[in-house]
Amino acid sequence: MTSVILATATRYLMPMLLLFSAFLLFRGHNLPGGGFIGGLVAAATFILHSLVFGVGETRKILRVRPVKLMGLGLLIAMASGLVGVFTRAPFLTGKWYELVLGQGDKWHVGTPVFFDVGVYLVVIGATLIIILSLAEED
Amino acid sequence: MKLLLILPIILPLTTAAVGLLCWRSIRAQQVIGLLGAGGLLAAAGSLLHGVWQNGPMALQLGNWPAPFGITLAADLFSAIMVVLAALMGFTVALYSLATVDPRRVRYGYFCFYHFLLMGVCGVFLTGDLFNMYVWFEVMLMASFVLMALGGEKEQLEGAIKYVTLNLISSAVFLTGLGILYGMSGTLNMAHLATVLPQSEHPFMVTTVAMLFLVAFGIKSAVFPLFFWLPASYHTPPVAVSAIFAGLLTKVGVYSLMRVFTLLFMGDVAYTHTLILIIAGFTMVTGVLGAAAQGEFRRILSFHIISQVGYMIMGLGLFTPLALTGSVFYIMHHIVVKTNLFLVSGVARLLGGSYRLERLGGLSLSAPGLSLLFAVSAFSLAGIPPLSGFWAKLILIIASFKDASYLIAATALLVSLLTLFSMTKIWAAVFWGEPAVAADPQPLSGRRRAALYVPIILLALITVTIGLGTGPILTLAERTADQLIDPRAYIRAVLGSVQ
Repeated sequence: MTSVILATATRYLMPMLLLFSAFLLFRGHNLPGGGFIGGLVAAATFILHSLVFGVGETRKILRVRPVKLMGLGLLIAMASGLVGVFTRAPFLTGKWYELVLGQGDKWHVGTPVFFDVGVYLVVIGATLIIILSLAEED
Repeated sequence: MKLLLILPIILPLTTAAVGLLCWRSIRAQQVIGLLGAGGLLAAAGSLLHGVWQNGPMALQLGNWPAPFGITLAADLFSAIMVVLAALMGFTVALYSLATVDPRRVRYGYFCFYHFLLMGVCGVFLTGDLFNMYVWFEVMLMASFVLMALGGEKEQLEGAIKYVTLNLISSAVFLTGLGILYGMSGTLNMAHLATVLPQSEHPFMVTTVAMLFLVAFGIKSAVFPLFFWLPASYHTPPVAVSAIFAGLLTKVGVYSLMRVFTLLFMGDVAYTHTLILIIAGFTMVTGVLGAAAQGEFRRILSFHIISQVGYMIMGLGLFTPLALTGSVFYIMHHIVVKTNLFLVSGVARLLGGSYRLERLGGLSLSAPGLSLLFAVSAFSLAGIPPLSGFWAKLILIIASFKDASYLIAATALLVSLLTLFSMTKIWAAVFWGEPAVAADPQPLSGRRRAALYVPIILLALITVTIGLGTGPILTLAERTADQLIDPRAYIRAVLGSVQ
């Protein structure tokens, strides 16, 4: 039942959707968006892929088990909270640092972003576990 | 120092997350599960030590000041509960190595086990009511999975009842939270404790108190809201039953004791008398229910209900001595009840069944196990000099001092009936003709160690509490003092804001 139109469109859509999910993730720091919604978009991308090419193919391009994404996400989110602890502040205190990139460029980076990245991975992992297992059931 | 407050939450989280990374490797999950539980026990021990030395501690997460951000706070009561949770977490994790089948481990048994511990510790440590609701949900989600993991028919039936009733309880809890927030504009417990006495609507405070009583009442399985417990606790693997029996209802009891000592103090004559009446009915129905059962774990499940009655009896009497009794009772009960469930699992392995009529003669084939069962069972029934005797003695003295003779008589009668139930198990399982086991499984040395070490450890603790009552009693007394007079707790949380 695979339609050529859908398969071709999916090939073009997937990179864009993944970029969009990353955009949502990083935009969420100051504006609407964030790890949760970004993760959902990323998961939707892989679900679209699985609808077109089958669950087996999707698991192949994912390379890691979704459950490991969850574990990794939880650890990243927790580590972002621990940064505060190591600077003698309570757990989950937000810390911001300036990374000098050279040529006058600076990267203003804070722990909340990493917390969001953790959420992003957990959401992708959890959504994919649920939907891919359901899709395999038939 | 402040790290101690967060460790009991992030250690199980790390353990579970690393467990997720080692998905499918049974050996790795077992090792990580056990190590994580050991680490939690060490962290909990140092937390109790710290609180004992320095008084109540508080930690403002994310450095947001107290009534606005999420606060973690530990007084002695919280710290004791965390230690007990960690102790059960460790012993049952060890026991799980021998009893939880590889299939369940492969599907993340130890991960959810540690998520459960994280939720339980979170409830004990949080200083914010909404955050407590969140931890309740974390704990419940994990417990739903543990209850249903394995997917046996009986298990799913138990899980449906368990899930439904707990969701209702969560909804009631959330309703109470909403009204409370609308009324007072804060959900920080220490802040509420200072705000509620000046409330313009005292009757609304009592209404909210009743909502909380129902919500936590369902979770701690008090009369008449207990029916989900005996319908579900005997269905999952025995290690899961044991950790549920040890911890989950006690989380409800903890919450009851927390809110009815810190927050809802406006109409003690009404609320606490009601709690006392409920306590009496809970004791009696639980023990009568147990008398009618013929299955090892179902008898024990009904006894949880009756024992919860004793714990909230101290809360209902609401004198320093009675609260001391309640705290002592919780310490004693968690250890003993978990241990009895662990024993029932070994009896099942040796005799092939949980049904009393199919078991028998274990005193001949497993004399050590019989002794260990006797220690816990007699302690549960309150035979001196074991821990249960002192727990009951304190409560009964407290009720006599308060001239509540009816509840004292009920407590005594129920303890006699408890003895009857324990004797019934003893006679059916350990005496009599050895029953023909369905599949008497030979136990390897390591498996035997994983089965017996937790049981021996918990039995030793029971005996130690019984013989060395002094220090434990001092601990319980100081805990009760902090509950009666929560000023130190409030000061620790609110600091200079007050």
